[in-house]
Amino acid sequence: MAGVGSPEPRMTVAVIGCGAVGSLFAANLATLDDVAVWAYDLAREHVDAINRDGLRLTGAGEVTGRVRATTDAAELPPCDFGIVATKAMHTDGAVAATAHAFADGCVATVQNGIGNEEVLARHVERVIRGTTFPAGKIVAPGVVQWDVKGDTTLGPFEGRPAPFDQVERLADACSRGGMPTKAVQDARGPQWRKVIFNAATNPLGALTGLTHGRVCEQPALRRLASQLVDEGKAVADAQGIVLDADPEELIDYAARPEVAYDHKASMLQDVEARRQTEVDFLNGGIAGFGRRLGVPTPTHETIHALVKGVEASW
Amino acid sequence: MARVCVAGAGVIGSLFAAHLARVADVSALTRREEHAAALREQGLRVTGRADFTASLDAATDPEALPDPELVIVACKGTDLDSLALRLEGHWPDALVMTVQNGIGADGVVARHGDWRILTAVTFMSGTRHDDTHVQYVLDTATWIGPGRGTTVADAEWAAELLRSAGLKAEAFPDLRPAQWSKLIFNATVNTVAALTGLPHDPHFAALGRPDDLGHLVKGLMDEGKAVAAAAGVELGEDPWEMNVLATQRGSAHYPSMLEDVAAHRRTEIDMITGALVREARRVGVPVPLHETMERLIKAKEDSWQA
Repeated sequence: MAGVGSPEPRMTVAVIGCGAVGSLFAANLATLDDVAVWAYDLAREHVDAINRDGLRLTGAGEVTGRVRATTDAAELPPCDFGIVATKAMHTDGAVAATAHAFADGCVATVQNGIGNEEVLARHVERVIRGTTFPAGKIVAPGVVQWDVKGDTTLGPFEGRPAPFDQVERLADACSRGGMPTKAVQDARGPQWRKVIFNAATNPLGALTGLTHGRVCEQPALRRLASQLVDEGKAVADAQGIVLDADPEELIDYAARPEVAYDHKASMLQDVEARRQTEVDFLNGGIAGFGRRLGVPTPTHETIHALVKGVEASW
Repeated sequence: MARVCVAGAGVIGSLFAAHLARVADVSALTRREEHAAALREQGLRVTGRADFTASLDAATDPEALPDPELVIVACKGTDLDSLALRLEGHWPDALVMTVQNGIGADGVVARHGDWRILTAVTFMSGTRHDDTHVQYVLDTATWIGPGRGTTVADAEWAAELLRSAGLKAEAFPDLRPAQWSKLIFNATVNTVAALTGLPHDPHFAALGRPDDLGHLVKGLMDEGKAVAAAAGVELGEDPWEMNVLATQRGSAHYPSMLEDVAAHRRTEIDMITGALVREARRVGVPVPLHETMERLIKAKEDSWQA
C-alpha cells in the first residue's frame, strides 16, 4: 500500500476489538498510505466481511478501509501501535492474547471507563491513556454506522508510560486519517470527564429504561445525575485531575433533541440484551478510586450494586 | 360465628378470606363484578402451604353484603383511598383493620369514616393464579395493634380469630415497633428487588465484595433505623436479621414491587419509601440512599407510561 516516496516511515497498527469504535479507528487509519492496519476480533463473520469487502463506515463519514482482519492473535505481525477498543470487561483476555505483537510497540486504550490502562500494563511495556468521543454501531458484518464524530485525546500512562514522541506519532496518524486526536502529557482530564458523564447517565437509563433525554427531563433523576457527577468530581479532585470541561455541560448538550435525546445508553442496550455491562469500569471504577483515596461515593456504590444485581438476575 | 368482610381480594385478601371462611361468615368486597361472581360460584381455592376450597359471599357493593363485625382492608396501598371511599357511610359499628405495607394506611381509612380501627402488618405472602385461586407461599404471622378507638383487647380478639382460622397472628399493645421494622425491611428489599429484577435471594445478604448487594441493603436499613430512632420508635425485629433469615429459607420470595414492575403497574413506592422519606424529613435525618431508590422507581414507572 505504501507507495514509493511515502512521506513517513511505514507504521503498523493493530486494532484490538474491532467493534464500532475500533472500526472507526481501523477504517480511517487504513485510508493512509503510510499505515498498515490490522484488526483482531473474535466475531468471525465481521472478520470475514472485512477481509472480503474492506471495512466500511457510513453516516457521519463515508470511508472504506483496507484492513487485514483476523480472529487468530498469532497472525498479528510485530506492530508499532495497538489500539485497544474492546468492551472493558474483555480487555484482559484480548491484550494477553495479542501482547506478543507489541513487544517493541506502544498500546493505547480508547475504551470506556477507568482502570483499562492498569490492565494493559499487566501485559505490555508502553501504555497510552486514551479517551475518545466518536460513537457508532455495527449494522452488518464489515459495516459500521458512524453516529457521532468527536475528538480523541492520548497521553502517556503514568504507571508504564509510552514515550511522548510515540504518543504524538499515533495522534498524528489518527488525525491525518480523519479522527482528530491530541497528544497531551496528562490525559486524565478528558478521561475523567467522559467516565463521569457515562457513570452519571448510562446506569440511570439502564435501571429505569429511559432514553438519555428522558432521564434529563425528570428533575429528580437529573438531580441524581448531578449527585453522581459531584461524587465523581470529588474523586478526580483528590487525584489532582483537572477536568477539561464540566461533565454537566456534556449531559445537557447530549439531551438536546438533535444530539442524543432518543439515544438508549449502551448500558441500557446491554441490559435489554442481557449482556454484561461496563458498570465495573464506570461507577465501580469511580467507587474503587474513591475507596482508595478516602473519598465517599455512596451514590456510585449504590448504582454499581444495583446494576450488578440486574446482571445477577439473568 | 363472627361476620368478616375482606375488602380487596388480591393475594393477601384472598388468603385471609379463604382461611377465615372456615370459622366465620366471610364476604369479599371486590372491584370487578366478574371477580365477585366467580367467588360466589366457584369459591376460593388455596394451594401451597394449605390445600382447600372455601365458600364465601362476594359483591362489588357493600350494600349487597351483610354487616360485618370486622372489615379487613387488604387492597394494595395504591388502591386504598378509592376503596375507603367506597366504604364511606357503611358499617359504622365495624372494626376496620388495615394490613397495607408501609405506614399511614390507618390514617387514610380514618379520613373516610368514624370506624374503630385496628392497624396490622402481615408477613404472609402468596401468588395469585386467577380470581379464585391463590397459592399460599409464606405462612408467616400477621401482627395487630390498636388504632383509633380500639385497645389491645380488640387486637387480641382479631388475632385470636385469625389463629382459629389456622393463620399465625399476634396482638401487640403498640404496633409501631413491628410496623417500622417491616417498613424498613420493605423500603429496602422491595425497591432493590424491583430495580434489579432479583427475587429476595441470598444476593441481598452478600457482603463479601465491596459491590455486593448486601452493603446497599445494609446501608438502606441503617438509614431507616436512624429515622426510627429519631422518631422515638424502638424497633421490633432487626430488619437486617429479618433479611438474612428470609434469604436463608430456600425458596426466594418475589416482592410485590418486583411483580408490579414486571407487569408495568404502579408500585407502592409512595406508601413505603415515600412514607419513610417523609418521616425522615420530619425528624431531620438524611436518607440519601432511600431518596435515590425512590427516584429510580418513580422514573421506572414513567418509562412505561410512554
